[in-house]
Formats: sequence, C-alpha cells, structure tokens
Amino acid sequence: MNRVELAELAETVTAQQQSCRLRLLVCCGTPCVAAGAEAVVAALREKLAALGNPADLELVGTGCQGPCSRGPLLTVLRPGQPEQVWQKTTPELAVSILEAELQQAPVPDENLLPADWPFFTRQTRLVLANSGRIDPENLEQYIACGGYESLAQVLHDMTPDQACDSVVQSGLRGRGGGGYPTGLKWQLVRKGSGSRKFIVANGDEGDPGAYMDRSLMESDPHRILEGIAIAGYAIGAEQGYIYVRGEYPVAAQRLRKAIKDAERAGLLGSRVLDSSFSFRIDIRIGAGAFVCGEETALLASIMGRRGQPRIRPPYPAEAGLWGCPTLINNVETFGNIPSIFSIGPQAFNAIGNGKSRGTKVFALCGEVVNNGLIEVPMGIPLREIVFEIGGGLANGAAFKAAQTGGPSGGCIPAEKLDTPVDYENLQALGSIMGSGGLIVMGEQSCMVDVARFFMEFCLDESCGKCVPCRTGTVEIYRLLSRICNGSASQRDLQTLEQLCQMVKDTSLCGLGAAAPNPVLSTLRWFRAEYEAHVSQRRCPAGVCTMDQLPLHLLGEQLLQRIAALRCDGEGY
Amino acid sequence: MPAITLTINNDLISARQGQTLLEVAREHGIEIPTLCHLDGLEAMGGCRLCLVELQGAPRPVPSCVTKAAEGMVVTTHSDKLVEYRKMLVELLLAERTHTCSICVQNNNCELQTLAAKLGIDHVRFDYLHQQLPMDASRERFALDHNRCVLCLRCVRVCDAVEGAHTWDVRGRGSTSRIVADLDRPWGTSTSCTDCGKCVQLCPTGALFKKGATVGEMKKERSFLNRILERRRLAAQGGTP
Amino acid sequence: MSGDCCEHTLLVDDPRLKLVERAMKRLQYQPDALIEVLHTAQEAFGYLSRDLLSHVAAQLKLPESQVFGVATFYHFFTLRPKGEHSCIVCTGTACYVKGAGEILNTLEQAAGIKAGQTTADGRLSLGTARCLGNCSLAPMITIDDTVYGPEKPEGAVDKLNRLLEVPHEQG
Repeated sequence: MNRVELAELAETVTAQQQSCRLRLLVCCGTPCVAAGAEAVVAALREKLAALGNPADLELVGTGCQGPCSRGPLLTVLRPGQPEQVWQKTTPELAVSILEAELQQAPVPDENLLPADWPFFTRQTRLVLANSGRIDPENLEQYIACGGYESLAQVLHDMTPDQACDSVVQSGLRGRGGGGYPTGLKWQLVRKGSGSRKFIVANGDEGDPGAYMDRSLMESDPHRILEGIAIAGYAIGAEQGYIYVRGEYPVAAQRLRKAIKDAERAGLLGSRVLDSSFSFRIDIRIGAGAFVCGEETALLASIMGRRGQPRIRPPYPAEAGLWGCPTLINNVETFGNIPSIFSIGPQAFNAIGNGKSRGTKVFALCGEVVNNGLIEVPMGIPLREIVFEIGGGLANGAAFKAAQTGGPSGGCIPAEKLDTPVDYENLQALGSIMGSGGLIVMGEQSCMVDVARFFMEFCLDESCGKCVPCRTGTVEIYRLLSRICNGSASQRDLQTLEQLCQMVKDTSLCGLGAAAPNPVLSTLRWFRAEYEAHVSQRRCPAGVCTMDQLPLHLLGEQLLQRIAALRCDGEGY
Repeated sequence: MPAITLTINNDLISARQGQTLLEVAREHGIEIPTLCHLDGLEAMGGCRLCLVELQGAPRPVPSCVTKAAEGMVVTTHSDKLVEYRKMLVELLLAERTHTCSICVQNNNCELQTLAAKLGIDHVRFDYLHQQLPMDASRERFALDHNRCVLCLRCVRVCDAVEGAHTWDVRGRGSTSRIVADLDRPWGTSTSCTDCGKCVQLCPTGALFKKGATVGEMKKERSFLNRILERRRLAAQGGTP
Repeated sequence: MSGDCCEHTLLVDDPRLKLVERAMKRLQYQPDALIEVLHTAQEAFGYLSRDLLSHVAAQLKLPESQVFGVATFYHFFTLRPKGEHSCIVCTGTACYVKGAGEILNTLEQAAGIKAGQTTADGRLSLGTARCLGNCSLAPMITIDDTVYGPEKPEGAVDKLNRLLEVPHEQG
C-alpha cells in the first residue's frame, strides 16, 4: 500500500460507515464481557441475521468504551444525529433498541446514559480516540479513523530529525511514570552510535490498580504499532519489540494479529508505505515480574535473563539491547505519537499544565461511583476527576485519599483535592503520576493498612540484587505489621521513618527507591492515624485487628497476673 | 592516560581518566567499605555500602562503578552515609543467621569486620531467622546458606574466571538463594570443577573448606588478580 | 515457587516435547530466547520439571543454574504440576480496598488449602494475582480464566463448588 492507496481506503471505509443508517457498537472489553456483553452481541447478531443482514446496519464489537462498572455498554450511532449510550445492556434491551430504531419509534430510555454525562463530556480523548469506536482487530476501521496517516506523513514529508523535533515541540513526557521528555530521549538514541538500534515498547503494566496499557493494547493495537514505527523512522531503528505483560494474553494476541495485518498491508515490514524505510515489530511476553517495568530489567528480560536492573550509566540510549542504542517508551507514550502528528505538535502542546503537556489516561477505581478508564488533560484538578467524572464516592461516603502511582506512589489527602494533576504537582505531594492508576478511598480504608499492602507487594516483587530493597522492604513490612496489630512502640515508628529514608536513598533501581513512597506519603498526610495505632492502640478506620500488645504492656500484664495470683492479693 | 582533578572530602586529588571513585579513594588512603565489590570481578553495585555523596546528584552514588570526572566534589563519610552503612550491615545481620561464635570464619570474616568497624553493637531490626539448609554434599567444600550475604562473588568468579557457571541465584527478593546447577546438592553437580575459587572469595563463612572448625577458615585471594593479569598479558600477545 | 523441582522423565516421542523442540528450532537455539522457550514448555507440559529444564539448558547451551535462576525468578513459571482447575483471586489495590482479603480467606477455608497450593486430589489450584487489570470489577476472581466480579465471598465459594461438582475429567 502506498500513501495514496491509504487515503483512498480511508475514504472508502468512511463513506461506507456513513451510509449506514445505524451502527451498533457493543463494548467487548473484559469488564463488559464479564457483565454479559457476548450475549448482547449474539442477540443483536441473531436479530440482524433474521433481518437478512442488511448492509446499512452495522454491528461492531469494540474495545473499551470507558465506564467499565456500567457494562455491558452499547453505543448507537446514526448519521447526523448525536450518539446515544446505554449502560447495563441486556440482550432484550439491545434488541428492543434495534427494533425501535428500525420502526423509527422512540428508543427505550431505560438505562440510557444522559447526553451531558460528565464522565464523557469532561474527557479529552487523544490516545483513546478510537478505543470503543472501532473493532480492534479490524485494520480498515483504524485506517478510516485516520490511522497510519501520521506514519505516511512522517515517512514522506519529514526527515528523521524533523520527526524528533516535532516530538520535542509537543512537550510529550514519558507516560510510564518517570516523565522524562520523550523528544529528548528520541534525540539521544538518534545520536547514539551503533550499527543497529532497537525500540522497546513497555507494556509490562504491573502497578496493581492500573489497566490503561492493557485497555489500550486491546482496544487500539494499531495505534501503538504506528507510534512505534514513527519512532523507528525518527531514531533510525529497524526492529521494535513490544513487551507485553504475561497476564494479558488478549492484548498479546490482538497485537500479534495487528502486526500480521499491518505487514500484509505494507504498513510494516520492508519498504513501509512504499518508502525506503523497513521496520519489524515482534512481541515478547513477560513472565510475571513487576521489576521488569524498570528499563534495564526489561532489557535483561527481553534477552532471556533474570529481570534484574543494572547500574546506569550506561543508559539504554547508549547501550541497551545487545549493547546497541535502544529507545524504551511506555505503550501509552507511543499511543500519543500518532496524535502529535495528526493534530500537530503545537496543538498537542496547547493542552496541559506547566511542564506537563497533552493528556493522561487514568484507570479510575476504588470507592468511586463511576469506575473506568478516562483520558483527561494534564493539570485537571483531582477534585474534578473524583467528583465530576467519577461521580463522587459510592453511597455518599466521605473522601479520604486518592492513591496514584501504585506501589511507587502515594496517597493524596482530601485537603489537596484541588491540586492540578500533573507530574510536578503530584511529586510535590510525595506521590507520582505513575502509569495512571488512581484509586479512590473512603473513610473505611486504613492508611497504615494500605501502606502495608503496598510494602507486601514491593517485598514480593523485589529482585533481590541490592540489600536495601531485598531486606529493607521486609523489615519495613514487619514494622508496619506491628503497627497494624497493636504491638508497635514509638521507637518502631522512628525506626520505620529512618529505614524508609535509607531505602529511598540507597536502593539500586527505581523500584527500591520508590518502594517507601506509600509509607512516607501516608506518614506525611495521615500521621495522626499512625499515632492512633501506636499511642492509643486504636485503628480509626476500624480495619486493623490490634490484637497484640507491645513489649512494655506485655510485661505490665505479666506482673498484674502474678500479683493477682498472690494470696495476699497485693498489687505490684 | 589524562589526569583529572577532583575533590574528595575537601581535599583536591588527582586521578587518572577511567578510574572509579573507589579506586581513587583507596589510592589516597581513604577507606570506603565494600562487600560485593572485589577487584577483578565485574562490578555489581548490590551491597550499597560504598555509596558516596556526589555534589549535584540527587542520591548517593555507588563508588565502585562511578567513574571519577574532572571537578567532581565527593564526600565519602558524612554522618548520613555512616548511618546508612550501619543500617545496611544491620539489615544483612538480620537477614540470615550470623552466629560468629560457632562460625569457621570467626575473626576472619568481612561482615564481622565491617560491623565492628562501624561500631554496630546491636541490630535494631527483627532477625528473620530463616533456618536455611546447609549443603555439605561436596567432598571438599560446604555451603551454609545461613551465612550467605548474596554478594554473588561466587556466581561471578565461577562464570567469568573459572568458566563453569555452576552457581546462580534462584528465586528473587528475600527468597533469593545460591544454587548449584538445577538446585541439586552441590555434591552431585556435574559442572563444578572443585577449583575452590568461590570458597576463597566468599566474604563470610557461607562457603568453606570442610574440616575447618570455629575460626579456622582463612581465605586466600591473591590468585584472582594473578590469573587475570596473566590472561590480560596473554591476550596482548606478551609472554605471561 | 518455593517448592522444589519435580522429577519427570522425558520421553523422546512425547508430542509435548516435540512442541518445545519446534519452538527452540524456530528460535534458532538462541540462548537469548530462553524465556520464550520456557513459556512454550510450560504451556505444553503445564509445569517445568527438572528434566525439562535440563533438556532446555543443554539445547540452548546455557548453564543449568542460569536456566534454573530464570525459571524461578518469574512468578509465571511453576516447577510443580498445577491442579485441574484454577481459581485466582485478584489482590490488586482496587480489589484489596474492596475486600479481596475476605474472599481469599473464605475460599482458602472452603478449599482447605492456602493460596499458591493445589488440593491433594489435584483438582484445584488456588492462587492470587497482583492485579489482573479489571479494576472496575473489583473485587474480582477468575475461575479457569473466566472473569467474575464484583464478587462476594459466598458467591465465590458457590462458583467454586459448582465447578468441582462436575466429575473428574478423564484423560
């Protein structure tokens, strides 16, 4: 396929879609499937078959549409009319909607989501533009949405340097958590010397409570491939790898199919879009190690070794896979790339706040009414995410904290709800942007218990190479357990703080250095809760059992028991 | 090699390009504690004891791998660093079961010496008391996991110098353990050549010669640099 | 993962072994392809026996200890046979704050095993996952790869019981 054919195909498919009087988009993301989306699709398919499968009625099984706790979701599109979305769709409801539409009768408004629902209207969807709009396994539908047009533009109208410059101008920063300027990284790898260069897309999403990358890979795989291919041209690489987390078999299978389809269409492989640029992408499957999200560990894992980080420098940009310059970006970062070229770097840069430009995808979960996947402009106040998009806490409960950044992040308290969500502001609060997990917690969550939960995660995921992370996390966990079971003393609290600071300062890699963050941030914002556990042996949230005694009380108890047994009954 | 000048602990010091901070410091009589590092083996940066403060760096850096550069300002013994080193050694002491009084390496042990030099008189953390097994199935040598600090000198020397790669690490995090071959008893290992290099390089009494009793095990390490030097010369085509 | 490796004598004409052989050949016996080979091997055999690891090490010309180190580093690989059915309780953050712990406790009691173990009759393996990325369904479990959520302790036990009522699969 060449550029002209690509444009023609896009036009043909778009025209065909617009000629449909009705397009039914059923969300087939995992949460919707668990809620019964497959039955909805089957019922609609049966109905359409009964009608003789008319060409102007289209049924599409899409990727994630967003409000995952309300599945199965059904979006109805008619040319020239506003779209409508139904939540909690049953097969009967779906069929009755279809029938009403065909008879041009009023559609049932049962379970119909309001057109001005803030969950949808407050979002800015760039990376997720096609998620939930297209069949992820259908290349033509991606092309109809302008897919691979950015790649064509870069290959034919730009030099590699210009492509790097555009990414610099866009202000895009790494979406995996670190926030390193993507354009600068590209320029570094471009300048790196080596006969071969590689690209690695990090899809080893390991943060508990985060599923942006899974959803993106499952819902719009071609977007990631396009982003990687553009990067390949810009830095001068001919080979890319996507490292997919082992727990995400559907994502891996969709990406594999997407690669095959794109190669067959001449959008990947040799002489991409009839240019002189050749590029291959292969999938590597992770095997269950959180630490492989760290870039040097990721490289070790791709090369078949234990996923242990090594000391940097040299950075992967100088010496990565097999010693060659290697560009590593998160899959969401690559997902931003086609948008930068389709809307232009300036327009991309116009979105956002301070040094954080563009949008960020969050997995909004926890005690919030509207669970789901959202994409918002950088700098949006946390309050807007939780209370407008998220619809506040379930059952009107009071907000206590929002956890961002997973086990490397921290908890943000209610008094900081008006903080703009961007890299710098979250860091100032002792948390991080992270990959985009955002878990809302109400009053029934104990912050010490949450910190202990994350520390258990970190000690289990520690690779074991350096002492502070390997053993420090175990000791921090034991101290937190003591606080949670009521046997901690003030000295334990002191030791906890010292140890956290030490692990943060001395660990070899980012996993270890960030492991104490959940403890340090809860100590900072919820110190009273720690104090209540230690001084009053009371868990304010009522989560911790507090069934053990600290040593000094144990001694006291023993003396009392002895005194009680004495014949004279004299106390001590 | 071009000379460079840097500041260590407020003294101007000259060094050669390519030297690590640890090498420079040692040349000038500044003692930086190390455990996983050993001249001749590939640096690992795992024990974190050799961390030094570098002006402008957000966190302390490992001196065993950080190359000296012109104008660097380095502090090797701030209060904070000393406290961190103490904590690190305490963590090691708490991790496995180090009972000096019954150890073959007593008085010749690197971990023991470190603890003494840092003035560690108690451990503030919980002892983990892992109760790990001991492997005495090899004819001449034995391995006691309870004394292992996972410095991986044995793994590195076995792979890079002896070329056998008998040792590696199983598991991860705090469940990491040294294994021979497919986690078989050392005595049944088919790749081990009985050379004893790992035993000599082990900083504690984890790897030891059989027959040694409390305090009797002394380790001889000069062979390492002798071998490496001869290899280097041979590779250059010179007569060893 | 803490369990020791199981012995299992490999038979040359075992079709499962042929799958592994084919994968190694496709990957040109490159030592770098170790993790992919182990994925294939585990898929074929269900677990990685010591003989299988030894065979892979020999074929890829890797030290045995290195292969063992890799196989035990990653949580995905198991050195022991898994049960006929698997039930995994997600213990990610969202599931945790919504009560995954209670579900796990109830299931452990019902099945009489701890997470990470397999029942004596080999019918069920109970496990936990760090996060299965279905946080909007929190708390969630998977039974034989089917996702259920939001789940309650009683509901989870019911599902498990229904699953185990089906007689043992032959072959």
